[in-house]
Amino acid sequence: MDQPVKFYQTGTFTVGNRLLGEGQRSVQADMERTNSLNSGHRACQGCGEALGARYAIDAAMRATGNRLIAVNATGCLEVFSTPYPETSWQIPWLHSLFGNAAAVASGVAAAQRALGRKDVRVIAQGGDGGTTDIGFGCLSGMFERNDDVLYICYDNEAYMNTGVQRSSATPPAARTATTPAVGALPGNVFGTGKNLPRIAMAHRIPYVATASVASLRDLERKVTDAMAIEGSRYIHIHVPCPLGWGSAPENTIKVARLAVESGLFPLFEARHGEVTSRTPIRRRVPVTEYLELQKRFAHLFGKSPDVERIAHIQAIADRNIAEFGLLS
Amino acid sequence: MLKQTEGSRAVAEAIALCRPQVICAYPITPQTHIVEALGEMVKEGGIAGCEFINVESEFAALSVAIGASAAGARSYTATSSQGLLFMAEAVYNAAGLGLPIVMTIGNRAIGAPINIWNDHSDSMSMRDAGWIQLYAETNQEALDLHIQAFRLAEELSCPVMVCMDGFILTHAYDRVDVPLQRDVDAYLPPFEPRQMLDPAEPVSIGAMVGPEAFTEVRYLSHHKQLRALRLIPDLAEAFRARFGRDSGGLIRSYRTEDAETIVVALGSVNGTVQEVVDEMRADGSRIGSVSICSFRPFPLAALRETLQAARRVVVLEKCLAVGLGGIVSDGVRKSLSGIVLNGYTVIAGLGGRAITRQSLRRLFEDAQRDELDQVTFLDLNADLVSHALDRESATRRTGPTAEALLRRLGTVASRIG
Repeated sequence: MDQPVKFYQTGTFTVGNRLLGEGQRSVQADMERTNSLNSGHRACQGCGEALGARYAIDAAMRATGNRLIAVNATGCLEVFSTPYPETSWQIPWLHSLFGNAAAVASGVAAAQRALGRKDVRVIAQGGDGGTTDIGFGCLSGMFERNDDVLYICYDNEAYMNTGVQRSSATPPAARTATTPAVGALPGNVFGTGKNLPRIAMAHRIPYVATASVASLRDLERKVTDAMAIEGSRYIHIHVPCPLGWGSAPENTIKVARLAVESGLFPLFEARHGEVTSRTPIRRRVPVTEYLELQKRFAHLFGKSPDVERIAHIQAIADRNIAEFGLLS
Repeated sequence: MLKQTEGSRAVAEAIALCRPQVICAYPITPQTHIVEALGEMVKEGGIAGCEFINVESEFAALSVAIGASAAGARSYTATSSQGLLFMAEAVYNAAGLGLPIVMTIGNRAIGAPINIWNDHSDSMSMRDAGWIQLYAETNQEALDLHIQAFRLAEELSCPVMVCMDGFILTHAYDRVDVPLQRDVDAYLPPFEPRQMLDPAEPVSIGAMVGPEAFTEVRYLSHHKQLRALRLIPDLAEAFRARFGRDSGGLIRSYRTEDAETIVVALGSVNGTVQEVVDEMRADGSRIGSVSICSFRPFPLAALRETLQAARRVVVLEKCLAVGLGGIVSDGVRKSLSGIVLNGYTVIAGLGGRAITRQSLRRLFEDAQRDELDQVTFLDLNADLVSHALDRESATRRTGPTAEALLRRLGTVASRIG
C-alpha cells in the first residue's frame, strides 16, 4: 500500500486498522462486510444514527454468519432507510409501529424457535423516543421475559423525525421544539428524564452496554459480544443529530467524543445487572467544550453565560465520572 | 368427539387442533379461560412445537403475534373489550401488513362506566380495521369457526377475528363435538406464508408508502374482503363435507320464506330470536330471522336476496353508534338500497342487559304493527333516564352520571339477569 501509515487517527487514541492483524481489524474494514444498511438512503449529512446502525448491524451480521432479522421502530432510521422501492436494508427487516419494536422482535424470536431455526438471531432497534418513551412498556416486557433479542437504542436525545421534540432522553437545558429556549429557565428542565441502561440493568438481563459513534471499534466489539449471548441484551448508542442539536455535520464524531470525554455519556458494560467494564476517560474535558458546539445549548452561553446551570451540568458529568470510576 | 365443556375450553381445543406455533396471552375477562387452557396444553406438551408467551399488555400480545406471523409462524391471540382498544394500533397494523393472525374476541362492553358483561361494542369498534369478522351463534360454531378462520386467513393473507359473546358463550357449558386431529389436518394445510422474514431471501416489510400507492394498497385489502365473500361460503361448504355440520357462511336464514317481518342479529342472541319466531309463527305471524355470521366482509348481496321480499326489517344490535343509532343497521339498509320497506334499529343487550323472550315478543309485535321508532332501546328504564335528565336541568353540579343512576336504582346485582 502506498498510503502513509498513521499511528493514530487525527485527534483520537484509535489505532489504525493497518497496524492490526486481520483478525483484529474492524468489521467495516473487511471487504466482506455486508453493507446491511446500504448507501443511498436519505439520512441527513452527518447523521449519527445512520453511522451507528451501519456499524452495529454489519457487526451483528458477521457475528451471526448473516443469519439475522431486524425489527425497527417508527422513527428517523425507519423513514430514511425505506421509502419504497428504495429500501437500504440488505437483511430481512420489519417495521410495525412506533411503540412495539421490542414485542414484535419477541414474536420474531419465538417464531424462530417454533420453526426450529435456532441459528437465526433477532435485533430490534429504535430511537430514544421509541425506546425510552412510547416503546418502554414493550421493552421492559421483553427484558423481563429474557427473550432472545438484542435491542439497540440509537439515542439522539429527542424526537428528531417529527421535528426535534423533547423525549425522556433529552438532557437538561437542551432546546427542543417543546422545550424552547425562552423564559426564565430556557430549554429542558433539570431533574427529569430516565436512564435506560440503568433500568435495563435493573431487569438483570445478561448484557447491557453503552456505546458511542465516537468509538466505533468499541461499538462493533460490544455488538459482537452481545450476539454471542442468549437472552435479552441492550445496547444504548449515543448518536449526535446535527439537525436537532445544531451541530455541524462534520462534527458528529467530535461531539460524540466530547460527550464521552466530559463524562456526560459514560461508556460501560454490565452483565446480569452488575457493571463489568467501563471505558476510562483519557483526556478529560469540561462540559462546556461539548455544549458550546451545539446550538441547542446556545442560550447557556453568549454575553452573560448561565454559570449556575452550566455548573449543574458539570456536576452531572462529575457524578457519572465518580459513579463509574472513569478516571481510574 | 362429543363432550360437555365450557365455551372457552372448546375454543382452546379447536386452536390446539389447528397446530398454532406462537400463542401470546394476556388476561382480560371474559376471554381469559381460553388462553389459560392453551397455556396448560402447551406446558403439558399437548401442542407440539408451540411457543406460549405471557406478555405485559394486549398491545404487546398482538405485536408479538405480528412479529411471529411475519416470521412465518401460525399465530394466535385472544382478547376482549378494553384489551382490543388497547391494541387498536396493532389491529390496523396487522391487517395493513396482511398477516393471517387469528384472534378470538370474547365480546364485552367498553367503559366508562367499566362493565365486564357482554355486548358487541368492542369488535364493532374495529370493524373497519381490515380484519375479517365472524360472529358465532353457539359454542359449537365458535369452535368450528376457529378452524375455518385459520384457513380463511392464510388463503387470503388477512387476519380474522372470531367473535363470541362474552359469558353467554365463553363461560357456558354446552355439548360440543370436538373434531379429530386427522380431519382438521386434512381441512387445514400447514401455513405457507406469502411473505416471510428469512435471511435466505431478505425483504423489507412495513416500508413507508406515499400517496402514489397508498390507495392501491387499501383497494387491495378491500378486494381481499370481496374475495372472502366467495371464499367464506366455500370454506363452510368444505367444512360441512368433512365434518358433517353447518357452521359459518355469510348469513343464516331462519323461517324467512314468506316472512313479512325479518329480524337481523349477530351472535348468540339468535337462539332467543329463533325461539320467539317459533312462538309467533305458531300464532300465525309471518316472521323470520337472519343471523349474520360474516360482518366483515359485509354480505350485502346475500342480505338483499333474503330481505328484499319482506315488508319490514328489525335489526337487533348489541352495539350503539352514539349520535346515530345502529351500526349493523347501516349495512343492512345499504343492502336494501332502492327497496322500500320499513327498517327499525333496536339497541339491545348493552353491557350484559338480558334480552328476554318476553321483551323480544313485545318488540316484534310492535314492529308488526309498525309502531316502533326508528331507533329503540330495548327495555330502557325510562323513569331512570327522565330522573337523570330532570336533575341535570335543575342542578349544575350533578356529579358523576353513572353513580347517580345507580344510587337512584338501589341494589342492582339482581337486575343484571
